[in-house]
Amino acid sequence: MKLLHHVGAYLLMLRMVFIKPTKGKVMRKLIFQDIQDLIIGSIGIVGFLSFFVGGVVSIQTALNIESPLIPKNLVGFATRQSVILEFAPTFMCIILAGKVGSYITSSIGTMRVTEQIDALEVMGINSVNYLVFPKIVAMLLLPFVINISMFLGILGGYAATLYGGFSSSADFIEGIQLDFRPFHVIYAFIKTLIFAMVLATIPSYHGYFMKGGALEVGKAATVAFVWTSVVIIVLNYIVTQLLLT
Amino acid sequence: MIELRDITKSFAGKEVLKGISMTFEPGKTNLIIGQSGSGKTVLLKCLLGLHQTDGGSMLFSDQAYNEMSDDARRTLRREMGMVFQGSALFDSMTVLENVMFPMQMLTKQSDAAIRKAAEEVIERVNLVDAYHKLPAELSGGMQKRVAIARAVVMKPKYLFCDEPNSGLDPKTAIVIDNLVREITQENNITTVINSHDMNSVMEIGDSILFLKDGVKAWEGSKELVFKTDNKAINDFVYSSNLMKKVKEVYQ
Repeated sequence: MKLLHHVGAYLLMLRMVFIKPTKGKVMRKLIFQDIQDLIIGSIGIVGFLSFFVGGVVSIQTALNIESPLIPKNLVGFATRQSVILEFAPTFMCIILAGKVGSYITSSIGTMRVTEQIDALEVMGINSVNYLVFPKIVAMLLLPFVINISMFLGILGGYAATLYGGFSSSADFIEGIQLDFRPFHVIYAFIKTLIFAMVLATIPSYHGYFMKGGALEVGKAATVAFVWTSVVIIVLNYIVTQLLLT
Repeated sequence: MIELRDITKSFAGKEVLKGISMTFEPGKTNLIIGQSGSGKTVLLKCLLGLHQTDGGSMLFSDQAYNEMSDDARRTLRREMGMVFQGSALFDSMTVLENVMFPMQMLTKQSDAAIRKAAEEVIERVNLVDAYHKLPAELSGGMQKRVAIARAVVMKPKYLFCDEPNSGLDPKTAIVIDNLVREITQENNITTVINSHDMNSVMEIGDSILFLKDGVKAWEGSKELVFKTDNKAINDFVYSSNLMKKVKEVYQ
């Protein structure tokens, strides 16, 4: 019952996001600020993690090839497939659920605790639209970050393969070109956009409806991270089933 | 003018407001006083539309809130200013931006006109030197003054203050009280203040509503506080030794 209550309240919040919009001039400023905080501010950590995890994927693939019958270009192929299909869109979004999600929950939650949301409501402003809509718009740029993640993940795999002496440059490049299907990239971006919506709204819900003080802000951020991750994993399964099978 | 008629409100089956009736007049500082948990904040939030009442009616300038359309309620909200207990200033905005914010959001005036109006009210609350400071850089008293400036920049008909001088030293508290009273009188605003501070009661209590356990236990003015033999308010007012001494001297 409690879960149903939360689902209902979440859907009602989503409805509120799109009605009674904030003035365009103010909203533009908020959107640029959220792009700075949520998207530009995430590129560094996403790039760093992608490069090294791409490297680890290629090393582990190379180390598990024991049969001489398996071609060496498999390292590049496996790295590309892992990074584009799962690592960049799904696992980066789960990492961002920690970084971006907890930022969203704690910033909105703090506004709730300090009565700033009440102040917006008393002024007759749709606080849900004011707070959540710019985050949704900003997060629509997430595919841009995931694109960087894909590139750096494969680059990390290439560097690790070369410096570890697991395969030649030509084999790796042949591998990443082997049986390439552009739809896999589209599939990754479709997933990313769905996850972006989840990343913007579930943490916002937990921040907006939180009750209590500073301690509860921390708890709400943790709960938001858990639920965002769970929903991303479940949606990942559903979207994969729908688009790839 | 705000008129309350038999207001009731419950939470999870517990009745918090039990048939409150009262009239808050313009140009006066109307105080709602009472112990913690007496229903003051709930009543204020009902007046602000943040809580819906279960029964009774609230009339704003003879218009019943319950019968208003959404548009009329939106218009009414724009005629309200609110000073929150913790000031509720927007952390990421400077003093000037905080004060300009309601006008930027709710009016179609030019940036220059909005800035001029904001500067005027900031000057009125004596914070000219703090234009470009963030709330975190201000003292509690200064934050309250910014909150008052933000609340009155739209020239509201109704001003609500929740514990405006909580957490302030007595001297600063009097400055805030007097500022609220002056602004109320200058602009003929209907001001409703939640307080449990007896200094405020004696300083600006033009009209006082005393709540006890969700019931209106007494109403009057600051002049009548010392004269009444109502046990409920006497127990509240004379709960401190200081006030007992004041009464002795007064008598």
